Amino acid sequence: MNPAASALDIEIRLLLEAIYLRFHHDFRSYSMASLKRRIAVALPRFGCETVSALQAKLLHEPDTFNALLQYLTVQVSDMFRDPSYFRAFREKIVPDLRTYPSLKLWVAGCSTGEEVYSFAIILDEEGLLDRTLIYATDINPEALQKAEAGVYAVERLSAFEENHRLAGGKRPLAAYCTTAYGGAALSRSLRAKVVFSDHSLATDNVFAEVQVVSCRNVLIYFARALQDRAVGLFKEALPRRGFLGLGSKETLQFSPHMHAFEEHVRDDRWYRRC
Amino acid sequence: MLSAPKSYGVVVPRVPAVKAVCIGASAGGIEALTAVLPSVPADTPIPVFVVIHLPPGRSSRLVELFASRCQARVREPLDKEPIGPGIWFAAPDYHLLVESDFTFGFSVDEPVHFSRPAIDMLFTSAADVYGEGLVGIVLTGASQDGADGARAIRDAGGFVIVQDPMTALASTMPAAAVGRATPQIVTTLPEIALLLRDVARARES
Ligand SMILES: C[S@@+](CC[C@H](N)C(=O)[O-])C[C@H]1O[C@@H](n2cnc3c(N)ncnc32)[C@H](O)[C@@H]1O
Repeated sequence: MNPAASALDIEIRLLLEAIYLRFHHDFRSYSMASLKRRIAVALPRFGCETVSALQAKLLHEPDTFNALLQYLTVQVSDMFRDPSYFRAFREKIVPDLRTYPSLKLWVAGCSTGEEVYSFAIILDEEGLLDRTLIYATDINPEALQKAEAGVYAVERLSAFEENHRLAGGKRPLAAYCTTAYGGAALSRSLRAKVVFSDHSLATDNVFAEVQVVSCRNVLIYFARALQDRAVGLFKEALPRRGFLGLGSKETLQFSPHMHAFEEHVRDDRWYRRC
Repeated sequence: MLSAPKSYGVVVPRVPAVKAVCIGASAGGIEALTAVLPSVPADTPIPVFVVIHLPPGRSSRLVELFASRCQARVREPLDKEPIGPGIWFAAPDYHLLVESDFTFGFSVDEPVHFSRPAIDMLFTSAADVYGEGLVGIVLTGASQDGADGARAIRDAGGFVIVQDPMTALASTMPAAAVGRATPQIVTTLPEIALLLRDVARARES
Protein backbone atom coordinates (compact mmCIF):
# COMPACT_ATOMS: atom_id res chain seq x y z
CA MET A 1 0.00 0.00 0.00
CA ASN A 2 1.07 3.54 -0.72
CA PRO A 3 2.36 4.90 2.65
CA ALA A 4 1.29 8.48 1.91
CA ALA A 5 -2.26 7.30 1.28
CA SER A 6 -2.45 5.37 4.50
CA ALA A 7 -1.16 8.35 6.51
CA LEU A 8 -4.05 10.32 5.02
CA ASP A 9 -6.49 7.57 5.95
CA ILE A 10 -5.28 7.69 9.54
CA GLU A 11 -5.55 11.47 9.68
CA ILE A 12 -9.10 11.32 8.36
CA ARG A 13 -10.13 8.74 10.92
CA LEU A 14 -8.66 10.88 13.68
CA LEU A 15 -10.43 13.97 12.37
CA LEU A 16 -13.78 12.19 12.31
CA GLU A 17 -13.18 10.88 15.82
CA ALA A 18 -12.38 14.42 17.00
CA ILE A 19 -15.53 15.76 15.35
CA TYR A 20 -17.58 13.07 17.04
CA LEU A 21 -16.09 13.63 20.50
CA ARG A 22 -16.21 17.40 20.33
CA PHE A 23 -19.31 18.16 18.23
CA HIS A 24 -21.33 14.92 18.44
CA HIS A 25 -21.70 14.72 14.68
CA ASP A 26 -20.88 11.18 13.61
CA PHE A 27 -19.23 10.95 10.18
CA ARG A 28 -17.23 7.86 11.09
CA SER A 29 -19.37 5.51 9.02
CA TYR A 30 -19.76 7.67 5.95
CA SER A 31 -18.54 6.51 2.54
CA MET A 32 -14.83 7.26 2.47
CA ALA A 33 -14.37 7.99 -1.23
CA SER A 34 -16.56 11.09 -1.28
CA LEU A 35 -15.72 12.23 2.26
CA LYS A 36 -12.03 12.17 1.37
CA ARG A 37 -12.65 14.33 -1.62
CA ARG A 38 -14.66 16.90 0.32
CA ILE A 39 -12.04 17.10 3.05
CA ALA A 40 -9.41 17.67 0.37
CA VAL A 41 -11.51 20.52 -1.05
CA ALA A 42 -11.96 22.02 2.43
CA LEU A 43 -8.27 22.02 3.44
CA PRO A 44 -7.12 25.09 1.46
CA ARG A 45 -10.26 27.01 2.47
CA PHE A 46 -9.23 26.63 6.10
CA GLY A 47 -5.61 27.46 5.32
CA CYS A 48 -4.52 23.96 6.31
CA GLU A 49 -1.79 21.90 4.68
CA THR A 50 -2.78 18.65 6.32
CA VAL A 51 -5.85 17.00 7.80
CA SER A 52 -4.04 16.94 11.14
CA ALA A 53 -3.73 20.73 10.99
CA LEU A 54 -7.45 20.96 10.28
CA GLN A 55 -8.14 18.76 13.29
CA ALA A 56 -6.05 21.01 15.54
CA LYS A 57 -7.80 24.11 14.24
CA LEU A 58 -11.20 22.56 14.84
CA LEU A 59 -10.41 21.59 18.41
CA HIS A 60 -8.92 24.94 19.34
CA GLU A 61 -11.28 27.17 17.36
CA PRO A 62 -14.57 25.31 17.67
CA ASP A 63 -16.42 28.04 15.78
CA THR A 64 -14.88 26.69 12.58
CA PHE A 65 -17.02 23.56 12.83
CA ASN A 66 -20.11 25.12 11.32
CA ALA A 67 -18.08 26.24 8.30
CA LEU A 68 -16.56 22.77 7.95
CA LEU A 69 -20.01 21.19 8.14
CA GLN A 70 -20.86 23.04 4.92
CA TYR A 71 -18.07 21.05 3.25
CA LEU A 72 -18.75 17.72 4.91
CA THR A 73 -22.40 17.69 3.88
CA VAL A 74 -23.54 18.24 0.33
CA GLN A 75 -26.38 20.69 -0.19
CA VAL A 76 -27.53 19.95 -3.69
CA SER A 77 -31.25 19.73 -4.35
CA ASP A 78 -33.96 20.64 -6.85
CA MET A 79 -37.72 20.79 -6.84
CA PHE A 80 -39.19 17.64 -8.39
CA ARG A 81 -35.70 16.29 -9.05
CA ASP A 82 -36.31 13.13 -11.13
CA PRO A 83 -39.89 14.04 -12.08
CA SER A 84 -40.89 10.42 -12.59
CA TYR A 85 -40.29 9.78 -8.87
CA PHE A 86 -42.86 12.43 -8.00
CA ARG A 87 -45.19 11.34 -10.75
CA ALA A 88 -45.12 7.82 -9.32
CA PHE A 89 -45.91 9.26 -5.90
CA ARG A 90 -48.87 11.11 -7.35
CA GLU A 91 -50.20 8.23 -9.41
CA LYS A 92 -49.28 5.12 -7.44
CA ILE A 93 -49.20 6.27 -3.82
CA VAL A 94 -51.55 9.23 -3.39
CA PRO A 95 -54.66 7.09 -4.18
CA ASP A 96 -53.76 4.89 -1.25
CA LEU A 97 -53.07 7.86 1.01
CA ARG A 98 -56.60 9.14 0.42
CA THR A 99 -57.90 6.37 2.64
CA TYR A 100 -56.20 7.83 5.73
CA PRO A 101 -57.98 10.50 7.81
CA SER A 102 -54.65 12.12 8.64
CA LEU A 103 -51.22 11.82 7.06
CA LYS A 104 -47.63 12.15 8.12
CA LEU A 105 -44.62 12.25 5.81
CA TRP A 106 -40.96 12.30 6.77
CA VAL A 107 -38.42 13.79 4.40
CA ALA A 108 -35.08 12.68 5.85
CA GLY A 109 -32.01 14.67 4.76
CA CYS A 110 -34.17 17.49 3.39
CA SER A 111 -31.26 19.87 2.71
CA THR A 112 -32.60 23.29 1.67
CA GLY A 113 -36.19 22.09 1.33
CA GLU A 114 -36.83 21.66 -2.38
CA GLU A 115 -37.92 18.05 -1.98
CA VAL A 116 -40.20 18.91 0.95
CA TYR A 117 -42.08 21.58 -0.99
CA SER A 118 -42.37 19.29 -4.00
CA PHE A 119 -44.37 16.87 -1.86
CA ALA A 120 -46.39 19.69 -0.28
CA ILE A 121 -47.38 20.98 -3.72
CA ILE A 122 -48.44 17.56 -4.99
CA LEU A 123 -50.46 16.89 -1.86
CA ASP A 124 -52.13 20.26 -2.22
CA GLU A 125 -52.95 19.62 -5.88
CA GLU A 126 -54.43 16.29 -4.86
CA GLY A 127 -56.48 17.86 -2.08
CA LEU A 128 -54.64 16.11 0.75
CA LEU A 129 -52.47 18.84 2.18
CA ASP A 130 -55.06 19.97 4.75
CA ARG A 131 -54.80 16.72 6.61
CA THR A 132 -51.03 16.34 6.22
CA LEU A 133 -48.04 17.07 8.41
CA ILE A 134 -44.53 16.83 6.92
CA TYR A 135 -41.49 16.28 9.11
CA ALA A 136 -38.37 17.56 7.38
CA THR A 137 -35.06 16.71 9.01
CA ASP A 138 -31.38 17.30 8.38
CA ILE A 139 -28.14 17.70 10.31
CA ASN A 140 -27.11 20.96 8.67
CA PRO A 141 -28.56 23.95 10.57
CA GLU A 142 -27.86 26.40 7.75
CA ALA A 143 -29.69 24.21 5.27
CA LEU A 144 -32.61 23.81 7.67
CA GLN A 145 -32.87 27.59 8.05
CA LYS A 146 -32.99 28.05 4.29
CA ALA A 147 -35.52 25.24 4.00
CA GLU A 148 -37.73 26.87 6.58
CA ALA A 149 -37.52 30.24 4.81
CA GLY A 150 -38.52 28.57 1.54
CA VAL A 151 -37.01 31.22 -0.73
CA TYR A 152 -35.25 30.17 -3.94
CA ALA A 153 -33.46 32.13 -6.63
CA VAL A 154 -35.87 33.08 -9.43
CA GLU A 155 -33.37 31.80 -12.01
CA ARG A 156 -34.13 28.29 -10.79
CA LEU A 157 -37.88 28.60 -11.30
CA SER A 158 -38.09 27.65 -14.95
CA ALA A 159 -36.25 24.37 -14.29
CA PHE A 160 -38.54 23.70 -11.31
CA GLU A 161 -41.52 24.56 -13.49
CA GLU A 162 -40.48 22.08 -16.17
CA ASN A 163 -39.87 19.32 -13.62
CA HIS A 164 -43.23 20.05 -12.01
CA ARG A 165 -44.96 19.69 -15.37
CA LEU A 166 -43.18 16.38 -16.01
CA ALA A 167 -44.25 15.24 -12.54
CA GLY A 168 -47.87 15.70 -13.58
CA GLY A 169 -48.26 19.20 -12.12
CA LYS A 170 -51.78 20.57 -12.32
CA ARG A 171 -51.28 24.29 -11.68
CA PRO A 172 -48.55 26.70 -12.59
CA LEU A 173 -45.90 26.86 -9.86
CA ALA A 174 -46.59 30.59 -9.65
CA ALA A 175 -49.73 29.64 -7.75
CA TYR A 176 -47.49 28.56 -4.89
CA CYS A 177 -44.99 31.37 -4.68
CA THR A 178 -44.54 35.08 -4.81
CA THR A 179 -41.48 36.62 -6.37
CA ALA A 180 -39.69 39.69 -5.10
CA TYR A 181 -36.11 40.94 -5.08
CA GLY A 182 -34.79 38.04 -7.16
CA GLY A 183 -36.26 35.44 -4.84
CA ALA A 184 -39.31 33.21 -5.12
CA ALA A 185 -40.92 32.68 -1.72
CA LEU A 186 -43.12 29.65 -1.24
CA SER A 187 -46.51 30.42 0.15
CA ARG A 188 -47.34 30.27 3.84
CA SER A 189 -50.02 27.67 3.25
CA LEU A 190 -47.30 25.18 2.23
CA ARG A 191 -44.77 26.16 4.88
CA ALA A 192 -47.36 25.91 7.65
CA LYS A 193 -47.65 22.18 6.99
CA VAL A 194 -43.97 21.45 7.59
CA VAL A 195 -42.04 20.95 10.82
CA PHE A 196 -38.28 21.34 10.28
CA SER A 197 -35.91 19.83 12.77
CA ASP A 198 -32.38 18.81 13.42
CA HIS A 199 -32.19 15.03 13.32
CA SER A 200 -29.33 12.73 12.43
CA LEU A 201 -29.86 9.36 10.82
CA ALA A 202 -26.49 8.43 12.31
CA THR A 203 -27.19 9.15 15.97
CA ASP A 204 -30.89 9.90 16.60
CA ASN A 205 -33.92 7.66 16.91
CA VAL A 206 -37.39 7.44 15.42
CA PHE A 207 -39.67 10.25 16.61
CA ALA A 208 -43.05 9.45 15.04
CA GLU A 209 -45.02 6.97 13.02
CA VAL A 210 -45.42 8.16 9.43
CA GLN A 211 -47.12 6.78 6.31
CA VAL A 212 -44.40 7.90 3.92
CA VAL A 213 -40.63 8.31 4.22
CA SER A 214 -38.67 9.95 1.42
CA CYS A 215 -34.90 9.86 1.80
CA ARG A 216 -33.10 10.71 -1.41
CA ASN A 217 -29.40 11.00 -2.13
CA VAL A 218 -28.53 10.80 1.53
CA LEU A 219 -27.83 7.07 1.84
CA ILE A 220 -25.26 7.28 -0.97
CA TYR A 221 -23.07 9.22 1.47
CA PHE A 222 -23.23 6.44 4.07
CA ALA A 223 -21.16 3.25 4.25
CA ARG A 224 -23.12 0.01 4.48
CA ALA A 225 -23.40 -0.20 8.28
CA LEU A 226 -24.80 3.31 8.54
CA GLN A 227 -27.17 2.72 5.64
CA ASP A 228 -28.46 -0.29 7.55
CA ARG A 229 -29.03 1.87 10.62
CA ALA A 230 -30.92 4.50 8.64
CA VAL A 231 -33.12 2.00 6.81
CA GLY A 232 -33.74 0.38 10.21
CA LEU A 233 -35.15 3.71 11.41
CA PHE A 234 -37.42 3.97 8.35
CA LYS A 235 -38.61 0.42 8.93
CA GLU A 236 -39.50 1.33 12.49
CA ALA A 237 -41.22 4.61 11.55
CA LEU A 238 -43.42 2.98 8.92
CA PRO A 239 -46.46 0.88 9.73
CA ARG A 240 -47.34 -2.09 7.52
CA ARG A 241 -48.25 -0.80 4.01
CA GLY A 242 -46.27 2.43 4.57
CA PHE A 243 -44.11 3.76 1.73
CA LEU A 244 -40.37 4.39 1.45
CA GLY A 245 -38.84 6.31 -1.46
CA LEU A 246 -35.11 6.50 -2.24
CA GLY A 247 -32.83 8.28 -4.71
CA SER A 248 -32.54 6.93 -8.24
CA LYS A 249 -29.25 5.07 -7.57
CA GLU A 250 -30.18 3.88 -4.10
CA THR A 251 -31.60 0.43 -3.52
CA LEU A 252 -32.58 -1.95 -0.72
CA GLN A 253 -31.22 -4.80 -2.82
CA PHE A 254 -28.04 -5.06 -0.74
CA SER A 255 -29.70 -4.27 2.59
CA PRO A 256 -30.37 -6.74 5.42
CA HIS A 257 -33.78 -5.00 5.78
CA MET A 258 -34.72 -5.93 2.22
CA HIS A 259 -37.25 -8.50 3.41
CA ALA A 260 -39.21 -5.94 5.41
CA PHE A 261 -40.08 -4.17 2.14
CA GLU A 262 -41.51 -5.00 -1.24
CA GLU A 263 -40.91 -3.08 -4.45
CA HIS A 264 -43.85 -0.80 -5.11
CA VAL A 265 -42.66 1.15 -8.17
CA ARG A 266 -39.40 -0.47 -9.08
CA ASP A 267 -37.96 2.04 -11.54
CA ASP A 268 -38.70 4.97 -9.28
CA ARG A 269 -37.35 3.38 -6.10
CA TRP A 270 -40.60 3.33 -4.20
CA TYR A 271 -40.84 0.53 -1.65
CA ARG A 272 -43.66 -0.59 0.58
CA ARG A 273 -43.37 -1.90 4.12
CA CYS A 274 -44.63 -5.45 4.54
CA MET B 1 3.22 -10.45 -23.89
CA LEU B 2 1.67 -7.24 -24.90
CA SER B 3 2.29 -5.87 -28.35
CA ALA B 4 3.45 -2.34 -27.67
CA PRO B 5 2.80 0.38 -30.22
CA LYS B 6 6.29 0.40 -31.69
CA SER B 7 6.36 3.98 -32.78
CA TYR B 8 6.24 5.19 -29.20
CA GLY B 9 8.85 2.86 -27.73
CA VAL B 10 6.91 2.48 -24.52
CA VAL B 11 6.79 0.48 -21.34
CA VAL B 12 3.64 -1.62 -21.25
CA PRO B 13 1.60 -2.59 -18.19
CA ARG B 14 2.33 -6.01 -16.74
CA VAL B 15 -0.91 -7.76 -17.54
CA PRO B 16 -1.30 -9.96 -14.44
CA ALA B 17 -0.94 -6.90 -12.23
CA VAL B 18 -3.82 -5.02 -13.84
CA LYS B 19 -6.87 -5.20 -11.56
CA ALA B 20 -9.08 -2.58 -13.18
CA VAL B 21 -9.27 -0.13 -16.07
CA CYS B 22 -10.97 3.24 -16.05
CA ILE B 23 -11.76 5.27 -19.14
CA GLY B 24 -12.80 8.90 -19.53
CA ALA B 25 -14.23 10.47 -22.67
CA SER B 26 -16.03 13.66 -23.57
CA ALA B 27 -16.77 15.37 -26.91
CA GLY B 28 -16.51 12.70 -29.62
CA GLY B 29 -16.55 10.07 -26.90
CA ILE B 30 -19.27 7.79 -28.25
CA GLU B 31 -17.28 7.19 -31.42
CA ALA B 32 -14.01 6.78 -29.53
CA LEU B 33 -15.55 4.32 -27.07
CA THR B 34 -17.06 2.42 -29.97
CA ALA B 35 -13.54 2.01 -31.30
CA VAL B 36 -12.11 0.62 -28.06
CA LEU B 37 -14.76 -1.01 -25.83
CA PRO B 38 -15.67 -3.89 -28.17
CA SER B 39 -12.15 -5.22 -27.68
CA VAL B 40 -12.80 -6.04 -24.01
CA PRO B 41 -13.17 -9.84 -24.15
CA ALA B 42 -16.44 -11.46 -23.06
CA ASP B 43 -14.68 -13.39 -20.31
CA THR B 44 -12.60 -10.53 -18.97
CA PRO B 45 -11.75 -11.05 -15.29
CA ILE B 46 -11.50 -7.33 -14.51
CA PRO B 47 -13.86 -4.34 -14.30
CA VAL B 48 -13.68 -1.54 -16.88
CA PHE B 49 -15.22 1.71 -15.59
CA VAL B 50 -16.36 4.34 -18.07
CA VAL B 51 -17.26 7.99 -17.59
CA ILE B 52 -18.51 9.87 -20.61
CA HIS B 53 -19.79 13.45 -20.49
CA LEU B 54 -23.19 13.85 -22.08
CA PRO B 55 -25.12 17.06 -22.67
CA PRO B 56 -27.47 17.64 -19.70
CA GLY B 57 -30.96 16.24 -20.05
CA ARG B 58 -29.90 13.49 -22.41
CA SER B 59 -30.90 10.43 -20.50
CA SER B 60 -28.74 7.43 -20.49
CA ARG B 61 -29.09 5.02 -23.37
CA LEU B 62 -25.44 4.12 -23.02
CA VAL B 63 -25.96 0.65 -21.64
CA GLU B 64 -28.35 -0.28 -24.42
CA LEU B 65 -26.12 1.29 -27.04
CA PHE B 66 -22.92 -0.41 -25.93
CA ALA B 67 -24.42 -3.74 -24.89
CA SER B 68 -25.16 -4.36 -28.56
CA ARG B 69 -21.63 -3.39 -29.58
CA CYS B 70 -19.58 -5.15 -26.90
CA GLN B 71 -18.75 -8.73 -26.10
CA ALA B 72 -18.33 -8.09 -22.37
CA ARG B 73 -21.34 -7.47 -20.15
CA VAL B 74 -22.29 -3.76 -19.99
CA ARG B 75 -24.06 -2.33 -16.93
CA GLU B 76 -24.80 0.79 -14.92
CA PRO B 77 -24.10 0.13 -11.23
CA LEU B 78 -26.28 0.90 -8.21
CA ASP B 79 -25.08 2.34 -4.94
CA LYS B 80 -22.88 -0.10 -2.96
CA GLU B 81 -23.10 -2.72 -5.68
CA PRO B 82 -20.15 -5.12 -5.49
CA ILE B 83 -17.69 -4.53 -8.31
CA GLY B 84 -17.46 -7.47 -10.69
CA PRO B 85 -15.87 -8.00 -14.10
CA GLY B 86 -17.26 -6.32 -17.20
CA ILE B 87 -17.97 -2.80 -18.44
CA TRP B 88 -19.61 -0.33 -16.04
CA PHE B 89 -20.95 3.05 -17.16
CA ALA B 90 -21.33 6.01 -14.81
CA ALA B 91 -24.96 7.15 -14.63
CA PRO B 92 -25.90 10.67 -15.72
CA ASP B 93 -26.03 13.28 -12.96
CA TYR B 94 -24.03 11.34 -10.37
CA HIS B 95 -20.33 11.09 -9.74
CA LEU B 96 -19.22 7.47 -9.77
CA LEU B 97 -16.70 6.40 -7.14
CA VAL B 98 -14.84 3.27 -6.16
CA GLU B 99 -15.00 2.41 -2.46
CA SER B 100 -12.21 0.60 -0.63
CA ASP B 101 -14.39 -2.49 -0.08
CA PHE B 102 -14.66 -2.88 -3.87
CA THR B 103 -18.20 -1.58 -4.12
CA PHE B 104 -19.47 1.38 -6.14
CA GLY B 105 -20.10 4.70 -4.47
CA PHE B 106 -22.08 7.70 -5.70
CA SER B 107 -22.26 11.38 -4.96
CA VAL B 108 -24.19 14.42 -6.13
CA ASP B 109 -21.37 16.78 -5.16
CA GLU B 110 -20.95 19.86 -7.34
CA PRO B 111 -19.87 19.20 -10.91
CA VAL B 112 -16.09 19.09 -11.47
CA HIS B 113 -14.93 20.98 -14.57
CA PHE B 114 -18.64 21.50 -15.29
CA SER B 115 -19.24 17.76 -15.35
CA ARG B 116 -21.16 15.29 -13.26
CA PRO B 117 -20.16 12.52 -13.60
CA ALA B 118 -16.55 13.72 -13.58
CA ILE B 119 -13.65 11.64 -14.82
CA ASP B 120 -11.43 13.07 -12.07
CA MET B 121 -13.74 11.77 -9.34
CA LEU B 122 -13.76 8.23 -10.74
CA PHE B 123 -10.04 8.10 -11.51
CA THR B 124 -8.96 9.53 -8.16
CA SER B 125 -11.09 7.20 -6.07
CA ALA B 126 -10.10 4.20 -8.21
CA ALA B 127 -6.40 5.11 -7.90
CA ASP B 128 -6.82 5.12 -4.15
CA VAL B 129 -8.22 1.60 -4.15
CA TYR B 130 -6.34 -0.13 -6.97
CA GLY B 131 -2.99 1.72 -6.78
CA GLU B 132 -0.51 0.20 -9.22
CA GLY B 133 -3.15 -2.26 -10.40
CA LEU B 134 -5.04 0.48 -12.24
CA VAL B 135 -4.86 1.48 -15.88
CA GLY B 136 -6.43 4.85 -16.75
CA ILE B 137 -7.31 5.84 -20.31
CA VAL B 138 -8.15 9.41 -21.36
CA LEU B 139 -9.81 9.83 -24.74
CA THR B 140 -11.09 12.72 -26.85
CA GLY B 141 -12.76 15.74 -25.23
CA ALA B 142 -12.99 19.51 -24.99
CA SER B 143 -12.59 19.64 -21.22
CA GLN B 144 -9.90 19.73 -18.53
CA ASP B 145 -11.55 16.82 -16.75
CA GLY B 146 -9.43 13.70 -16.40
CA ALA B 147 -6.02 15.38 -16.13
CA ASP B 148 -5.97 15.50 -12.32
CA GLY B 149 -7.41 11.99 -12.17
CA ALA B 150 -4.72 10.68 -14.53
CA ARG B 151 -2.11 12.39 -12.34
CA ALA B 152 -3.58 10.65 -9.28
CA ILE B 153 -3.27 7.29 -11.05
CA ARG B 154 0.39 7.98 -11.83
CA ASP B 155 1.07 9.10 -8.26
CA ALA B 156 -0.45 5.88 -6.96
CA GLY B 157 1.87 3.86 -9.22
CA GLY B 158 -0.71 3.05 -11.89
CA PHE B 159 -0.52 3.15 -15.66
CA VAL B 160 -1.89 5.92 -17.87
CA ILE B 161 -2.72 5.77 -21.56
CA VAL B 162 -3.87 8.86 -23.45
CA GLN B 163 -5.27 9.17 -26.93
CA ASP B 164 -2.80 11.08 -29.08
CA PRO B 165 -4.28 14.62 -29.09
CA MET B 166 -3.32 14.96 -32.77
CA THR B 167 -5.65 12.09 -33.61
CA ALA B 168 -8.49 13.01 -31.25
CA LEU B 169 -11.70 14.63 -32.43
CA ALA B 170 -11.30 17.15 -29.59
CA SER B 171 -7.73 17.55 -28.41
CA THR B 172 -8.11 19.65 -25.23
CA MET B 173 -8.77 16.84 -22.82
CA PRO B 174 -6.09 14.40 -23.96
CA ALA B 175 -3.61 17.29 -24.24
CA ALA B 176 -4.37 18.34 -20.66
CA ALA B 177 -3.86 14.76 -19.47
CA VAL B 178 -0.56 14.50 -21.34
CA GLY B 179 0.62 17.74 -19.77
CA ARG B 180 -0.41 16.91 -16.26
CA ALA B 181 0.18 13.18 -15.96
CA THR B 182 3.12 12.31 -18.23
CA PRO B 183 1.38 9.14 -19.39
CA GLN B 184 3.33 5.98 -20.16
CA ILE B 185 1.61 5.68 -23.54
CA VAL B 186 0.21 8.27 -25.94
CA THR B 187 -1.24 6.64 -29.02
CA THR B 188 -4.08 6.17 -31.50
CA LEU B 189 -7.50 4.59 -30.92
CA PRO B 190 -6.70 1.35 -32.79
CA GLU B 191 -3.58 0.90 -30.64
CA ILE B 192 -5.55 1.65 -27.49
CA ALA B 193 -8.09 -0.98 -28.53
CA LEU B 194 -5.26 -3.54 -28.78
CA LEU B 195 -3.81 -2.52 -25.42
CA LEU B 196 -7.25 -2.76 -23.82
CA ARG B 197 -7.80 -6.20 -25.30
CA ASP B 198 -4.52 -7.35 -23.79
CA VAL B 199 -4.91 -5.92 -20.30
CA ALA B 200 -8.53 -7.08 -20.04
CA ARG B 201 -8.01 -10.58 -21.35
CA ALA B 202 -8.48 -13.69 -19.24
CA ARG B 203 -5.39 -14.73 -17.28
CA GLU B 204 -3.77 -18.12 -17.69
CA SER B 205 -3.56 -19.47 -14.16
C1 LIG C 1 -27.52 15.75 -1.48
S1 LIG C 1 -28.54 16.32 -0.18
C2 LIG C 1 -30.10 15.61 -0.60
C3 LIG C 1 -31.22 16.63 -0.62
C4 LIG C 1 -32.60 16.11 -0.99
N1 LIG C 1 -32.99 14.94 -0.23
C5 LIG C 1 -32.68 15.80 -2.47
O1 LIG C 1 -32.64 14.64 -2.86
O2 LIG C 1 -32.78 16.75 -3.26
C6 LIG C 1 -27.99 15.33 1.21
C7 LIG C 1 -28.47 15.86 2.55
O3 LIG C 1 -28.28 14.86 3.57
C8 LIG C 1 -27.95 15.51 4.77
N2 LIG C 1 -27.35 14.57 5.70
C9 LIG C 1 -26.07 14.13 5.72
N3 LIG C 1 -25.87 13.31 6.77
C10 LIG C 1 -27.07 13.21 7.42
C11 LIG C 1 -27.50 12.50 8.58
N4 LIG C 1 -26.64 11.75 9.29
N5 LIG C 1 -28.78 12.62 8.96
C12 LIG C 1 -29.64 13.40 8.24
N6 LIG C 1 -29.29 14.09 7.15
C13 LIG C 1 -28.01 14.00 6.73
C14 LIG C 1 -27.04 16.63 4.31
O4 LIG C 1 -26.90 17.65 5.27
C15 LIG C 1 -27.72 17.09 3.03
O5 LIG C 1 -28.63 18.13 3.29
